Amino acid sequence: MIFSRLFSGGLDRRVLLLLILLVAAAIAVPVLNLAVPPSSSFHMPPHAVTLLGKYLCYAMLALSLDLVWGYCGILSLGHGAFFAIGGYAMGMYLMRQIGSRGVYGHPVLPDFMVFLNWKELPWYWYGFDQFWFAALMVMLAPGLLAFAFGWLAFRSRVTGVYLSIITQAMTYALLLAFFRNDMGFGGNNGLTDFKDILGFSLQAPATRAALFSTSALMLALAVVVTARLVSSRYGKLMVAVRDAESRTRFLGWRPENIKLLAFTISAVMAGIAGALYVPQVGIINPSEFAPANSIEVVIWTAVGGRGTIVGPVTGAIAVNWGKSWFTAALPEVWLFALGGLFIAVTLLMPKGIVGVWEQWRSSLARRRHNAPVPPAEPPAVSVSSPAAAPVTGVALAARPQPAE
Amino acid sequence: MILRALCLILLPLLLVAGTARAQDPSLAEIAAKFATAEKFDQTEALVRELGATGDPAVRPLLEALGEGRLQARKSDGAVYIVEGSGKNAKLLDPLTGEEVPDASASGLKKVKVNNGLRRVIRDTLSSLTLGAKNPQARLSAASNMLANPDPAMVEALDAAIAAEEDPAVKQRMQEARAAAVLQSDLPDAEKIAAVEVLGSVGDRNVLSLLAAVEAKSEGDLRRAAERASNNIRSVLAAWDAAQNIWFGISLGSVLLLAAIGLAITFGVMGVINMAHGEMVMLGAYTTFVVQGAVQSIAPNLQDWSLAFALPIAFVVAGAVGIAIERGIIRFLYGRPLETLLATWGVSLVLQQAVRTIFGPTNREVANPSWMSGSFEIGQMAITWNRLWIVVFSLAVFALLLFIFNRTSWGLHMRAVTQNRRMAASMGIRTPWVDAFTFGLGSGVAGIAGVALSQIGNVSPNLGQGYIIDSFMVVVFGGVGNLWGTLLGAFSLGIANKFLEPYAGAVLGKIVVLVLIILFIQKRPRGLFALKGRAVEA
Repeated sequence: MIFSRLFSGGLDRRVLLLLILLVAAAIAVPVLNLAVPPSSSFHMPPHAVTLLGKYLCYAMLALSLDLVWGYCGILSLGHGAFFAIGGYAMGMYLMRQIGSRGVYGHPVLPDFMVFLNWKELPWYWYGFDQFWFAALMVMLAPGLLAFAFGWLAFRSRVTGVYLSIITQAMTYALLLAFFRNDMGFGGNNGLTDFKDILGFSLQAPATRAALFSTSALMLALAVVVTARLVSSRYGKLMVAVRDAESRTRFLGWRPENIKLLAFTISAVMAGIAGALYVPQVGIINPSEFAPANSIEVVIWTAVGGRGTIVGPVTGAIAVNWGKSWFTAALPEVWLFALGGLFIAVTLLMPKGIVGVWEQWRSSLARRRHNAPVPPAEPPAVSVSSPAAAPVTGVALAARPQPAE
Repeated sequence: MILRALCLILLPLLLVAGTARAQDPSLAEIAAKFATAEKFDQTEALVRELGATGDPAVRPLLEALGEGRLQARKSDGAVYIVEGSGKNAKLLDPLTGEEVPDASASGLKKVKVNNGLRRVIRDTLSSLTLGAKNPQARLSAASNMLANPDPAMVEALDAAIAAEEDPAVKQRMQEARAAAVLQSDLPDAEKIAAVEVLGSVGDRNVLSLLAAVEAKSEGDLRRAAERASNNIRSVLAAWDAAQNIWFGISLGSVLLLAAIGLAITFGVMGVINMAHGEMVMLGAYTTFVVQGAVQSIAPNLQDWSLAFALPIAFVVAGAVGIAIERGIIRFLYGRPLETLLATWGVSLVLQQAVRTIFGPTNREVANPSWMSGSFEIGQMAITWNRLWIVVFSLAVFALLLFIFNRTSWGLHMRAVTQNRRMAASMGIRTPWVDAFTFGLGSGVAGIAGVALSQIGNVSPNLGQGYIIDSFMVVVFGGVGNLWGTLLGAFSLGIANKFLEPYAGAVLGKIVVLVLIILFIQKRPRGLFALKGRAVEA
């Protein structure tokens, strides 16, 4: 029933392909890692599994940013904060799981609290010994923060670069706050030294493979949710707010509520991504809040193609793969490459990889049919169009925004 | 005891006449007696005898004695100050301080001192300085005594006060005497008078001194002490506030320098330049390079290298700015969010470029002599470099104000800020205005870098440290006019420094950030917002 509704309409072919790939990866990677003997050339080494899992978490973060930026026009420079908060919630659970196996062997207090001479657990650490509570917090904490922040910001119509800058201020303030030892989140070192999750050792290859599969499936779920969301009536409204906020308001809608919902859902998604990320990399520390990280997420989305579902996933994986390769092979060139990417993408391919792919396909098709086609096909900014128009085609960058 | 009394009686005479006297031949004789002194009280008597001469020449000898570096040979009465140890040890004449070339070290023994003796030596040394010729030395001796009061010094101070002519030094001596009186067993009436004297000194040391008196006395004396310490506390609180305001102004001037270029580009072009911090960094590295060049070409102009660095930094950063505008930003007008991303890319490239050229470590930029050191006003210390930066930032601000309000270029910039299309219709070449405005904003960032190189590290990450704060200033002050930036910078600076004592530096900063986020709710376009139809376009 649910599936038939999910797949009946709205999901275009590319999204479907992505979903199939993700599910396939969720099955194939553990098999290649665990069942295939290490001597075989098809064997997947454990570190590759972890690396891929990390990329998928990044992809989910990029997708969450795309939901607000690509579809709703809110450029958040603080999405790393939601990711990190989700990560911290998971990290707190993992910390409590260590129990008395820590360096100081305290049954309840994590090592850093013993080290700082804390006598008892702060109240906000209560409940994190239960997985269900931590899982709830992974969604609730970033969601609430986003709700409060968005409620304040959108209600008073803070838009454009002002909004970007205060989101950056938000993540910067959190960065400073989490650096403090008094906050009770491990200060500079953050949370690390995790032992196991739900009773399974984090070092075991099977757990790692399972974490990868979970990431892949959660990303698939996020893709489905996003795709359904943007093709729904509400999704059309988001696009309307993005393209002409004032007009949407004059038509009787409330842009602040539309934005607030998108922002909150997106933050929850980012939080889940962070929670999946932490057990795989084994550490969460305040540097995840660094404003530079959040801006990097923007470039993943932009490279892939914002305002599309496939774009951010592709972009996050591509850029991070590039980063892994560069920082290993030519570390000093990486920042040049990243900086150049920012410039090149904004100047030359505002629609990202997906946009370039589409252009190439359509020019190919044109050549094949040899039909004269107007050079710049006006993109469908059709708010009211009932057809499940490929949301991927909604362009916004190529020409100046209408006056607001 | 007799000697001590003698010393005290002699002191006033010596203070008047003694210091002017040429080296007394008997000094050497007294010094030679250290060789035969066997007990501590004999040594002490010698120390007092030396002190009684009031001759500053005995200073090195006494110091050496206190540090256990004075050695003597019993057989021939030779006394030397030993410098260094082992084979490299040098033997110095105790009075002239010159090396004695052919002195033999055999049979030399250290002149022994104990703690009691050390105190006597210290007291003798300070009473010697109380009689020094240089008023500055006398003042610091008196200040020293005020900080470490010793009841034994009351008489010496009395004598010094009687002989003192410089009113400031006299004042300090009286305060020192009052402090000493409080430590002594003199009658309460004297102590009350002393408390009155100290009450007018706003000093933390005095406060703890008075607190001690308060704790162990009663009656009138206790009340007087309470009154005096309350008095001091309020004076100190006022100084604290003044110091905080000064720190705030100093931070504000740094923020102003970093943010004003940003405000110009943002105001006129609606462009957020994330590479602004890197322009500051380029300015700082230009200073480093210019300083190196001046060092090798004309070392005697070293103090003026900043004067050369200023225009060069302006040109370098301005040229890079114009290049960025012509090469990247002009293709992105009307798309502020994309501009933000592209300039972020530029900032990464510039950072890495500087890291590749100059290395990732901090570079040292020297302070010219007129910018180092500090001076004091009352209880607050002001460093020269901070003061100069405040002056410099205000000068830059005034200059920009002049450009904006009194030149035709400024008129064009304001016109474009207020209504780009109308300005274009009036024949203003808006692309030119854009390019030069961006150049101006970047150039100002460059000269900000020259100033900031004087108070912080010059590293590839220099700009990153300032960028968020400068954004906050611009967002808070609004882009309507430059005064908004000025007000924004100084209010953020002062708010930061006032929160610091209560909340700590980090928490204070967090509070400021949260306050700005809340402030934006009320005034989404800052304090001085542009108004009118053109704004939303």
